[in-house]
Amino acid sequence: MAQAQALTTLAAPPRLRRWAEACVGFARARPLGAAGALIILMMALAALLADVIAPYDPLTNNYAAMFRPPDALHWFGTDAFGRDVLSRVVYGSRTALWVGFCSSFLGTTLGALIGIASAYFGGRTDLLMQRLMDILLSFPLIVLALVVVAVLGTGLWNVVLAITVPMIPRAALVVRSSALALRQMPFVDAALALGVGHWRVIFRHMLPNVMAPYLIMLTAFLGQAILLEASLSFLGLGVAEPTPAWGLMLRGAAVEFAERAPWMALFPGLAISLAVFAFNLFGDSLRDALDPKLRVA
Amino acid sequence: MRRYLLQRVLLMIPTLFGVAALVFFLLRVAPGDIVELKYAGTGAFAPKEAIERERAQLGLDRPLAEQFVSWMWGIVRFDFGTSMWTGKPIADEIRIRLELSLQLAIMATLIAIALALPLGTLAAVKQDTWVDYVVRVFSIAGLAVPSFWLGILIILVFLIFFKWLPPLTFTPFWVDPKANLMQLLWPALAVGYRYSAVATRMTRSAVLEVLREDYIRTARAKGLWERAVVMRHALRNALLPVVAVIGLEFAFLIGGLVVTEQVFNLNGIGMLFVESITRRDYTMTQALVLLVSFAFVFVNFLVDLLYAWLDPRIRYG
Repeated sequence: MAQAQALTTLAAPPRLRRWAEACVGFARARPLGAAGALIILMMALAALLADVIAPYDPLTNNYAAMFRPPDALHWFGTDAFGRDVLSRVVYGSRTALWVGFCSSFLGTTLGALIGIASAYFGGRTDLLMQRLMDILLSFPLIVLALVVVAVLGTGLWNVVLAITVPMIPRAALVVRSSALALRQMPFVDAALALGVGHWRVIFRHMLPNVMAPYLIMLTAFLGQAILLEASLSFLGLGVAEPTPAWGLMLRGAAVEFAERAPWMALFPGLAISLAVFAFNLFGDSLRDALDPKLRVA
Repeated sequence: MRRYLLQRVLLMIPTLFGVAALVFFLLRVAPGDIVELKYAGTGAFAPKEAIERERAQLGLDRPLAEQFVSWMWGIVRFDFGTSMWTGKPIADEIRIRLELSLQLAIMATLIAIALALPLGTLAAVKQDTWVDYVVRVFSIAGLAVPSFWLGILIILVFLIFFKWLPPLTFTPFWVDPKANLMQLLWPALAVGYRYSAVATRMTRSAVLEVLREDYIRTARAKGLWERAVVMRHALRNALLPVVAVIGLEFAFLIGGLVVTEQVFNLNGIGMLFVESITRRDYTMTQALVLLVSFAFVFVNFLVDLLYAWLDPRIRYG
């Protein structure tokens, strides 16, 4: 460990070195968070290299090999169409991570911008924004997501949007409270006195200073987004067949053939749990490291 | 205090009005409607006049603003209209399902509290021992395991080991209490696990915090039983954040109901909600969203009240 650290110290430029040191420090201080990060990294690799890792094509039906129990050929068995469950789980990580990252990034970013703008402009704008966010907050998470699906229909991008929308007010709420304190800082007044425009103040002076709550929200939402995508797909209102998605694999056939092929219901659920578990571990540790007092609903 | 309460209640009205307006217009922006879906489902050729006639019958041909005003006027008089799909009054459709979902929600909450308080307290008292680790793993897993998968696992275990399948029809409590509880216990457990996990974590950290207070040392110093110290001095003072969590997590409880009712084949509000969305039954979807949002806002209001009642230091003004 020390040797590896010394190597990076020698070779890397200062900026990279600071990053590497921060990462090593984080791993030392919070082994659980590092374990979560490791699992996430492995999942990301599996998603990127799915074509190489997956032993079979996730979409090809093979009616000669339906309901095969796990064996040397099919480690996780096969499903009702003879598709390899392991390959589908591996490809499913693409769907889960893609939807998770896109929706939490979009939701947190839009929410942060709304939160900052609301705190910056204050007065009537703030009041109006807050009322609007109140309205969005009075929908339980899944209900708002389902309403968006009802409007847009199913499919990958619509699911991303459906998960993004309920995240926005939650991120806006947290970021606004940080931005309110920031608004009183002398450097904001200084920038205004220099004649800097509103949006430049917001983007260049305020946004970088709410990075801590922003990153905390982003990681906290990742696990929730993956869970929500799985729930929507499970209800048949998310990603559509034959796209491999963990929630979708648990739908219908998994319960129907539970007695004959329990592996169909076992592995996708394990994958969901592991992914959410990893993101929660990482997110919790990141919050402890950055701002232990912040509460993320 | 009274003024604050009145303010809170009055603020709920514009918020819920916003919810109603948002859902109403969003649903109608979407292309396609229930009439097209019905004809597409039968596969028969649909003459244009027939479609138009049916739309007119459902009031879908009127201007949006007019439809909205008449819907709102109905709600003010507690008249939610009729379902576009079945044609029956929405209030009746919801009433027959509400009992099931409400019972499930209450059972899940009770299970969560019954698990969380002892487990969380135990973990805090035995901090950093194996008991603490087991409880922490149990609660961290609860945040990750989706309730529908837990439900599927429960069914799998029962199916493989006991050849038992969830019954197809719902037995109300007053007809056969034992059968009713047997039927709802497992779905309630599937829904309640996440709830209990969050509450356990909260109980543990709250008790840990309280145990460091001076009055705990005083209680111990005067020779009080450890049991009394923990139960009466620590746990009671640690209850506040746990109560808050129950309100915050209500949203997840709803989500749990929606998916778990599918797994266990329970014809409750969650099932009705998913059905109404796939059928584009606007009137039903609207009514359900409004109902759920109202319940959500109301529960959070109740939690605030409970907060003030449990902790006399909190004064809303």
